[in-house]
Amino acid sequence: MKDNPMAVQTDSYDIMAQKVIQEHRKVKWFQLRRLLKRRAAFLSLIILVLALAAAVFAPWIAPYPEQGQGAVNLEHRLQPPSSNYVLGTDVYGRDMLSRVIWGGRISLFGGACIVFFAAFIGVPLGLWAGYNEGISGAVISRIVELFLSFPSTLIAMAISILIGAGWFTAIIALIIPWWPWYTRLVQGEVLSIKQMLYVEAAQMLGYGKLYIIFRHLLPNIMTPVMVMILLDLGPAIIAIGLLSFIGLGTQPPMADWGLMVWEGAPNILSEWWISIVPGCAMFMVVIAFNIFGDALKDILDSNG
Amino acid sequence: MNESLISLEQINTWFPNNKSLLGKPRSWIKAVSDVSLNIIEGECLGLVGESGCGKSTLGRAILRLAPLSSGEIRFMGDDIGKLDNKWLKPYRAKMQMVFQDPKASLNPKMTIFKILSEALALNLRVEKENYLEQSVKLLDLVDLRPEHIYRYPHEFSGGQQQRICIARALATDPKFIVFDEATSALDVSVQAQVISLMRELQDKFNLTYLFISHDLSIMEYVCTRVAVMYAGQIIEVQDAGSLFDAPRHPYTKALKNAVPIADPESGKELGILKGEVPKLSDPPTGCHFHPRCNYKEDICSKKSPLVCKTGENSWVRCHFHEKLWKQGILINSKESL
Repeated sequence: MKDNPMAVQTDSYDIMAQKVIQEHRKVKWFQLRRLLKRRAAFLSLIILVLALAAAVFAPWIAPYPEQGQGAVNLEHRLQPPSSNYVLGTDVYGRDMLSRVIWGGRISLFGGACIVFFAAFIGVPLGLWAGYNEGISGAVISRIVELFLSFPSTLIAMAISILIGAGWFTAIIALIIPWWPWYTRLVQGEVLSIKQMLYVEAAQMLGYGKLYIIFRHLLPNIMTPVMVMILLDLGPAIIAIGLLSFIGLGTQPPMADWGLMVWEGAPNILSEWWISIVPGCAMFMVVIAFNIFGDALKDILDSNG
Repeated sequence: MNESLISLEQINTWFPNNKSLLGKPRSWIKAVSDVSLNIIEGECLGLVGESGCGKSTLGRAILRLAPLSSGEIRFMGDDIGKLDNKWLKPYRAKMQMVFQDPKASLNPKMTIFKILSEALALNLRVEKENYLEQSVKLLDLVDLRPEHIYRYPHEFSGGQQQRICIARALATDPKFIVFDEATSALDVSVQAQVISLMRELQDKFNLTYLFISHDLSIMEYVCTRVAVMYAGQIIEVQDAGSLFDAPRHPYTKALKNAVPIADPESGKELGILKGEVPKLSDPPTGCHFHPRCNYKEDICSKKSPLVCKTGENSWVRCHFHEKLWKQGILINSKESL
């Protein structure tokens, strides 16, 4: 092979490529197995998968789907957990289990929306601001600092009061103070990565800004962004619950974990399950996201 | 052989320093000041100097990676000093660079094939369908195996990574390659490999090198001519063979004296220069070296020395080089500077 490189047959490349790709796949598997070997991470993943499955298949899983969506059932008001109503019923007699499942739909979907759209807006802006130190970059940085200098929940509350309370507006109101965190994270990463020689090598080959941003910078900042997305899902669920709890988010009769906690608050001493059940659901999912995100971060960090 | 491939005319690279609130620089870091230099086709020109004297910046300025404040860079006769990125593209293929840290100069998320393809895109002689074939050829040139093309940079050792960088530089079919301390991150045995590879490729493709380093022993081995840089200026250019045996500039002598000798019984003390490296933001007046020079006189602090030819392709910038040369002080003197 050394004497004549052209003697290599072109179709043997496919076999070569297959071999290497298989090896790389093995490494990925190994990483995943290491992740799942951590008991806490494994448990968190199970909780998350169950919560997600329950949310997706709510109409088939929930015992009383109509009540989950808000149908009133006044004969069975405030019933404690029983065989008919596993987790009891609320003030309007609705089955708590169904409500929690349907509420999970709103909370999980809302949280995911917030985080993904925040990243969707924040990451490109951060890439641009980090790579360009000119006026456009400076403007983006100042806007980010403006947002970060106020507590985000305060901004979200002000915005949802301005544009009206509701499930959809609450998500928008939360995306607005949320994206600057991604911009700042990405900007910082880019500032260090753009010093790397491979960026200079690409510049030397005459490649333009956008090419370098998307082919060289973006793939190298995805790891911290993915970890931040995972770790942010918990806080996003809490934030949307908070807005619902104070009446600025999801409106009754829709179910939302934060809203359900608020609905149960007047009767917390006698009918505790109305607040505790959605509270626990939120707690478990948020903790699971955090533990899983942390574990993923550790594994990715140790792989460099 | 005597055609100059690149000629630099009085180039300056200044970086703004200490910006005011409105972004106007209050002072400048003069990383490269008034450098004129010819690089002859087919040679390997060494560039030595202390850390922070501007050698890397000069290398980058030639490739238009560092900003050029003033001056002309002629590459095969064309002035590329003022071209913007779009017009530079055809020249980019002809001039490449190999960096100090091979690990940092390869994108960790790209396979070797992708990395090489990126460079091959500049090579107009290679069609897109042939990238795979060409990549394998390139890897073979640098003694790597074909199956390496689908691997990621972290799966290689430092020496292999540096060879991949050399392959990438060769992919565009260049005439001129800058090696920016390309061997200093590698251990000695690997250094030797990379250097012999460099020389082999130079003969094969008739390349011209600019070899930036602070390792004088490698310099003597690899280069045909050596330029010595001090505080942003080139103070001496000479054939590599005679530069350190018969230096014309006191600083060159000092550099040579600072190299430890691997013989504990030789009894020679290291000639360490007194004083500090001058700040590039505020270099000394006149000759930049005068505050540390043992042979300085009044004129040294007032007038910047002119370029004096000492041979066909060599020159020195020192007011008293003739006197020092005649007295033979720099050649055999045992005293340390």
